[in-house]
Amino acid sequence: MKRWLYPVLLLAILLAAWQIAADSGLLAELFSLENYLVPSPSEVASALWDNRALILENTWVTLKEVLIGFGLGLLAGVAFAFACHLSETVRRATYPLLIASQAIPIIAIAPILVVLFGFGIWPKLVIVALICFFPVTVNTLDGLRSVDPATIKLMRTLDGSRWQIMRRVEAPTALPYTFSGAKIGVAVAVIGAVFAEWSAATVGHGGLGWLVHEDSSLLETARLFADILVLALMSVALFGLLALVERRVVTWR
Amino acid sequence: MRQDTTVPASRLAKTPPDATPDAVPGAAPGDLGAGIAISGLEHSYGDLRTLDRLDLELAPGGVLGLVGPSGCGKSTLLELICGLQEPSVGSVAVGGAKAAAERLARCAFMPQRDLLLPWYSALDNAALAPRNQGEGKAAARRHAAALFERFGLGGFEASAPAELSGGMRQRVAFLRTLLAGKPVLALDEPFAALDAITRAEMQEWLAQTLAAEARTVVLVSHDVEEALYLCDRVAVLSARPGRIVTELTAPSPRASDRDAAVTDPEFVAARERALRALHEGSR
Repeated sequence: MKRWLYPVLLLAILLAAWQIAADSGLLAELFSLENYLVPSPSEVASALWDNRALILENTWVTLKEVLIGFGLGLLAGVAFAFACHLSETVRRATYPLLIASQAIPIIAIAPILVVLFGFGIWPKLVIVALICFFPVTVNTLDGLRSVDPATIKLMRTLDGSRWQIMRRVEAPTALPYTFSGAKIGVAVAVIGAVFAEWSAATVGHGGLGWLVHEDSSLLETARLFADILVLALMSVALFGLLALVERRVVTWR
Repeated sequence: MRQDTTVPASRLAKTPPDATPDAVPGAAPGDLGAGIAISGLEHSYGDLRTLDRLDLELAPGGVLGLVGPSGCGKSTLLELICGLQEPSVGSVAVGGAKAAAERLARCAFMPQRDLLLPWYSALDNAALAPRNQGEGKAAARRHAAALFERFGLGGFEASAPAELSGGMRQRVAFLRTLLAGKPVLALDEPFAALDAITRAEMQEWLAQTLAAEARTVVLVSHDVEEALYLCDRVAVLSARPGRIVTELTAPSPRASDRDAAVTDPEFVAARERALRALHEGSR
C-alpha cells in the first residue's frame, strides 16, 4: 500500500497543479500560446472519453504491431545469442556489426523498409522487431557467458552432453538476463511502433502513432495528450505483464 | 515423491558380504574397482609449473587423501585424474585407460562448492547424472528418492537448494556424485565450506557411507585430520610445484567412533608426522 501511496500522491499533486495552471490561463501565458493549445487534465480526460471508439480502434492496431514485432524480436534475439555463444566465429564476425547497427537511427531506415515491404503490417513488425532484438541479444549473450565454468566441468563428469549442458545449465542461467532484455525491449517496442506508423500509416486505422501525427497537425491537443497517455499506459502494462511472467517463471531468484 | 525404493541392479554397487545389499547405488558390476596409476606426471599452466614429477598408485577400492598447502596443485591433480585436463608430461591411467574421455567416463567429481542448480529441486539435482545418461525423468527421480531417507534428506525431495542447510546441500551433492555410477569418486575438499561441528558430523557420515561402498576414492583436503580419518593412505604434497613429500598410512580409517579415533595416540602421532611433512614441504 505504502509503495503506491507516494507516486499516486505526487501524480495527484502534479495533475491538480496542471489543472489550476491550465484553467487560470497561466500555462498558455507562460508558453505564449492560445488557450486551446494547452489542455487541462480534465479536457484530456473528456477527449479520451469522447473519442474512445477511435482511440480504442487505433490502440488495437498498435498493440498488435507491438506484440507480434516484440515476439519476433525476442525469438530472433534469443536464437542469435545462442548462435553467438555456440560459435566463436559467428560471434566475432557479427557482434561488432550488431553494435554498429545501433548507431543507425531506426527512423531513418523506416522509409527504406516501407519500400521493401509495402504499406501493410510487415514494415511495422520489422521495425519493432529490430528495436527489441538488440537488448534481448546483448542480455541473453551476457547471461550465457555468465555460467560458472566449474558447473560446466561438473556437468561433464556427470556425463552431460553439449546439448544437455545447454538445456540444463546455460539456458536457465541466461533466462533472467533474457527477461531483463525483454523488459527493455517491450518498453521501446511502443516507440518503435509509433515511428513505424509515422512512416507507413494506413489512413483511418494507422494506429496510435498515426493518430498522434494526425492530432498534432490538426491541433487537436487534448486528443493528442490522450493518445500519448494511452501509449504510455500500454508501455507500462506490457512491462508489468512481463515482470509478472518473469516472477512466475524464474522462481529461483 | 518416493514411489519405489528398489534400486535396479545396474546402479547397485558390488557390496562387501557383510554390508546390506541395498547400501548405495554405484557403478555397474564389473566396472567397479578401477585403480589409478600416475607416473612421471608434470603439469604447467603456461610458464607456471603446478605439479612436478608425480608418481602415485591407488589400488581398486582404495581411499587416498591428498593434502598440501593452498595452490600446490591438489585440485589440478584431481582434474587430471578425472580427465578434465591433460598432463603436460607423463601419464594418468584410471582403470587402465589413459585417454581423457575414458578417464572422464570412469570418474565422478564432487567440487568444493556444492554447485547445486537453483532451478532444480534437491531430488532433480541428485538425479542429474542418470538424467544425462538418458534415463527418463520419473525413473531417475525414483532412483534418487530411494536414497534420500538414507542420506538424511527424507522429506526434502521437493525443496529448492536454497532451502537446505549447508550439510544437507553437501549430502545432495555427494548423492549426485554417487548416482553417476562411476567406479572412482574424486572429492575436492567437499566439506571446506562447512562449520567445524557440521564438518565433523559430515566426516563421520561419509566414513559410514564409504565403509559400505566399494569405490576407489581420491579425497583432496587441506585438513590433515579429515584426510587421516577418512582415507587409507594420505599423500602430502609440497608447495607449488606440487610433488609428493611423504605418504602416510592411516591408523584406523573410517572408524565408527570419530572422536575416539582422532584422539588415539597412534592417530595423533600420524597427524604430527603429516603436519611436519606439510611444514617442510611448504618451505
